[in-house]
Amino acid sequence: MSSTIEHAVRVETKRQPLPPRERLEQVFAIQDLTASYGSKAALKDVSMEVYKNLVTAVIGPSGCGKSTFIRCLNRMNDLVPSFRQTGAIRYHGQDIATKDVDPVAVRRTIGMVFQRPNPFPKSIHDNVAWGLKVLGMKDNLSERVERALTQAALWDEVKDRLKASALGLSGGQQQRLCIARAIAVEPDVVLMDEPASALDPIATQKIEQLLNELKSEYSFVIVTHNMQQAARVADMTAFFSISRGEEGERWGELVEYDETEKIFTAPSDKRTEDYVTGRFG
Amino acid sequence: MSAAELGSFRRPKDRLRRRRAVNLCMELLGWLAAALGVALLVILLGSVARRGASQLSLDLFTKSYVPYATTNVSQGLANAFVGSLVVVGIATAMALPFGILVAIYVNEFAPRAVRNGVNFVLDMLNGIPAIVIGVFVYGLIVYGRGQSALAGSFALAVIMLPLVARSTIEVLALVPDSLREAALGIGSPRWRATLGIVVPQALGGILTGATLAVARVAGETAPLLLVDSIVGQGTQWSPRIALQTVPVAIYELSDSPFASDQALAWAAAFVLIVSILLVSLTARWLATRSRRKLVRAAR
Repeated sequence: MSSTIEHAVRVETKRQPLPPRERLEQVFAIQDLTASYGSKAALKDVSMEVYKNLVTAVIGPSGCGKSTFIRCLNRMNDLVPSFRQTGAIRYHGQDIATKDVDPVAVRRTIGMVFQRPNPFPKSIHDNVAWGLKVLGMKDNLSERVERALTQAALWDEVKDRLKASALGLSGGQQQRLCIARAIAVEPDVVLMDEPASALDPIATQKIEQLLNELKSEYSFVIVTHNMQQAARVADMTAFFSISRGEEGERWGELVEYDETEKIFTAPSDKRTEDYVTGRFG
Repeated sequence: MSAAELGSFRRPKDRLRRRRAVNLCMELLGWLAAALGVALLVILLGSVARRGASQLSLDLFTKSYVPYATTNVSQGLANAFVGSLVVVGIATAMALPFGILVAIYVNEFAPRAVRNGVNFVLDMLNGIPAIVIGVFVYGLIVYGRGQSALAGSFALAVIMLPLVARSTIEVLALVPDSLREAALGIGSPRWRATLGIVVPQALGGILTGATLAVARVAGETAPLLLVDSIVGQGTQWSPRIALQTVPVAIYELSDSPFASDQALAWAAAFVLIVSILLVSLTARWLATRSRRKLVRAAR
């Protein structure tokens, strides 16, 4: 335990204390979220809140349902035919998990950045502009593109070759382009599913800096299996783990959700402590 | 390792020799099979070229065929070339958009059960003999109304449809899901993601499949014999009447007792083979170009 504290304190020194949670504005209020693929349960009874202008990290071992969870938040799982979910996901008070809510409208305000950089096979400019055109934000197109690329800390590197193919960029640049593409359409929340797992340490660091700079404008939910990354970037951290039933069935569940500092220095659940100290997972 | 131990490698001499012999045998058989395949094509192309190429002339493409003409008149098959162009052109116009739409629906929107069902039906359709499609179109359109180039186009379109749809489905399936997710993740509706991102990515492959389907039906004879073969004289463009086509012309002229007609049939066969070859090569070129473009882009 003492090593946890030492380690965590080392990474936590710059952190400002959060105001009490009642005073934070809720973006998501998730209640009893249970999700399954076919007959295989992926998540059971997840309830937590996501707050505005914070970075919320979701950590946990492989198979604990963290990707499933984050993909529930913008209805990305609708694309999987066998996927079923119950429970409520209230976004600013409105349940977005119901059938009558248009997933396209949800994804418009809740953007997503994926694990592997997936730029369109188009030019750098068109990658950012495509979404703007589709969503009818055609006024001041080049300014919007420039602003998004600047926010994603990519502008200086690409401003002379906006017409070049995005596939010629490095992996880290591609991922920042994907972030630019996501924030260009002015979402409220940006979901990130292990955005740095395919990147080298320097590119990872750039992405983490971005999160810090951009969270004043957006709310972020980031899935990561890199605990140091969660400790570095997240204000709140949710720890998911795998539970096993009597007949060997496995599902993911939320074990503990608290301020990042608390999760890494004084977790209240033994499983969290085992995980963050590296004894498990 | 000592020399004595190395010697153990040489001990199973007989087995090694046997392996080498079997290997040589199999290699030889494989080589022979490949050579036989190539030889067949060369013999076929060679005999057609030998008898057809010498008959090529400007008249072949500019003059129409006149039956029972006096032997010293130089004949042409302009009517058949025009007819084929019209029939295949209309067939493509019918089958291509239809087939691509089927493929887009099946690959991008349909639930799995429907997808499997439609794929199965397309495979069945693909396996129906051309003559049966001819009889079907005869009963559907020609019976009671008479032959027409349109009926021929429709028959060819029925043959093209599964070819185009299947090849397009395969190409669309190659487009990575991450691209679809990328488009949907920024709030694009499904149809915009499909038309703006998925289809452009697959366009090279779609065109290749379409071109190969065109090449395939351009030489189709059986259904045309039933629905588009009793033709008038002269070069006509109207699809409402029956138009002479190249494969039907080859079939009829090769049956003629006149040497000049047979020569024309060879010439037409040569032109047909060469144009199908050209179309296929174009398709290949398109395919490699689009693939190279993707590879270059990926660097």
